[in-house]
Amino acid sequence: MEFIVKAENLVYKYVAPSSSDENSAGDTTDAGVPLLALNGINVGIKKGEFVAVLGHNGSGKSTFAKHINCLLQPTSGMVWVNGISTADEETIWDIRQSVGMVFQNPDNQIIATIVEEDVAFGPENLGIPPSEIRKRVDEALATVGMSEFAGNPPHHLSGGQKQRVAIAGILAMRPDIIVLDESTAMLDPNGRKEVMKVVKQLNEEEGITIVFITHYMDEAALADRVIVVADGKIVIEGTPAEVFSQIDELKAIGLDVPQAAEIAHKLRNHGINLPQGVVTPQHLVEELEKCLLK
Amino acid sequence: MSIEIKDLCHVYSKGTTFAKNALNNINLTIKKGDFVGLIGHTGSGKSTLVQHLNSLLKPSSGQILLDGEDINADKSRLKAIRTKVGLVFQYPEHQLFDMTVYKDVSFGPKNAGLSEEEIKERVESALEMVGIAPELYEKSPFELSGGQKRRVAIAGVLAMRPEVLVLDEPAAGLDPRGRDEILNQVKQMHETLGITVILVSHSMEDIARLVNNILVINKGEIVLQGTPTEIFSKVDELEDIGLSTTQSAYIARDLRQKGFALPENIFTVDAVVDAILDELKKR
Repeated sequence: MEFIVKAENLVYKYVAPSSSDENSAGDTTDAGVPLLALNGINVGIKKGEFVAVLGHNGSGKSTFAKHINCLLQPTSGMVWVNGISTADEETIWDIRQSVGMVFQNPDNQIIATIVEEDVAFGPENLGIPPSEIRKRVDEALATVGMSEFAGNPPHHLSGGQKQRVAIAGILAMRPDIIVLDESTAMLDPNGRKEVMKVVKQLNEEEGITIVFITHYMDEAALADRVIVVADGKIVIEGTPAEVFSQIDELKAIGLDVPQAAEIAHKLRNHGINLPQGVVTPQHLVEELEKCLLK
Repeated sequence: MSIEIKDLCHVYSKGTTFAKNALNNINLTIKKGDFVGLIGHTGSGKSTLVQHLNSLLKPSSGQILLDGEDINADKSRLKAIRTKVGLVFQYPEHQLFDMTVYKDVSFGPKNAGLSEEEIKERVESALEMVGIAPELYEKSPFELSGGQKRRVAIAGVLAMRPEVLVLDEPAAGLDPRGRDEILNQVKQMHETLGITVILVSHSMEDIARLVNNILVINKGEIVLQGTPTEIFSKVDELEDIGLSTTQSAYIARDLRQKGFALPENIFTVDAVVDAILDELKKR
């Protein structure tokens, strides 16, 4: 099987500043406690796959995401993107061009004073001819449904609209992979829906591989595969149905399950005969309808 | 402390071409000791409204009365009013600044001119209330986890002993465990201190679990008002203004459409489970 992203025995260690002496932190290891942010991650992500990554704060999920576009490099182990090792300085820019990242805070990612100029920033830096940039910007804004705002200043946009502009900026670079690191955390329910819709569409229609980090279980339930990270390791992995059936395990590591999965779980505990793997409201309603007809 | 808002209007950039009516004729009363949820989509006027409660924003017209006193009537009373109404903004941890947790929380009481003993008592009880252990008092607030930082920031407001506590999205960006910790502490504060709490949130699940009364704001107007039971059964009205109800409530609605005789007013996991069990037993 060909993987677009592959990590093998990925370990990332960093030194936390010691609490007694902040000034000396960083230059010697005995100034602080080395922490294993990632402790042996093995994972392969297939081309065109939509993978959700869950984990509590400090679990290592963002650290993992930052390895995918070389913002961080492994302490030991390897990460390959499109078959290229991220540890090779020579090819860092090739990887960054094929992996786009969307971060949490919409206000930290937009740099230009006009929406379309912001989207053009990436391709401009790649040295692409102006006519081609024009084409890419128009297409990218159309894909995320933001064409009508092309000439607007970004600060009047909603959070969801800003994140869509950030995604357009990445699309204009023609990436293979988009990594979204809690990109819906600061949005309201409408903004979350807008971003989710665009991400699903990019995955299904454009075939872009998606790595989606989130605390919202209902969003993770829409992925092809869910990876749960705790203490720098992958602890649970599978389809949303498989992962969200493990209610007690998820709760033990401080995560939620979608309400539909929780209702199914509680009904099963009361002796109602529901199959494993019921995690979406639609599926639950279908299964309960069968119970009613019996 | 009761809050009464009368004919409140707020216009941003008044007199310019960018003039925008952010609040439009708001009339409402919040009883002393109530736990109120304020919901509305982004740009609906939630934050503008809560910033009026301690006079950070002044009404374009209308009044805000705290226990009957117009808070904008006498400027010299402003400091006292701001002590009574504590506002915790979104991402309050961005406002931490001092060398240690203890010093940061003591900043407000110190400026209020309280005695050392009184400051110590207030800082310690505020930190205890938010679940920050004494071992952390002398740490730099910047060494703490995201959830801990946020709780220290909330303690800074609590140390002023407010009678009304307004929290704007206190759980935003936290993981599920951090969210539960903070919200459970807010609930506990409300119960033990008897203060009035106003919680601004996008999470219908959190609102459903915590508050006694809900205010729904849309385009600068209060469009719905009632108990969680009353509000969350109005699925269509909520959706019309870009809001939603809980996933459990949607499941109950879909099951009703499939012929389940479930009550109209259930919106939590446990209520839906119980109702489904009752219904299946009947058959």
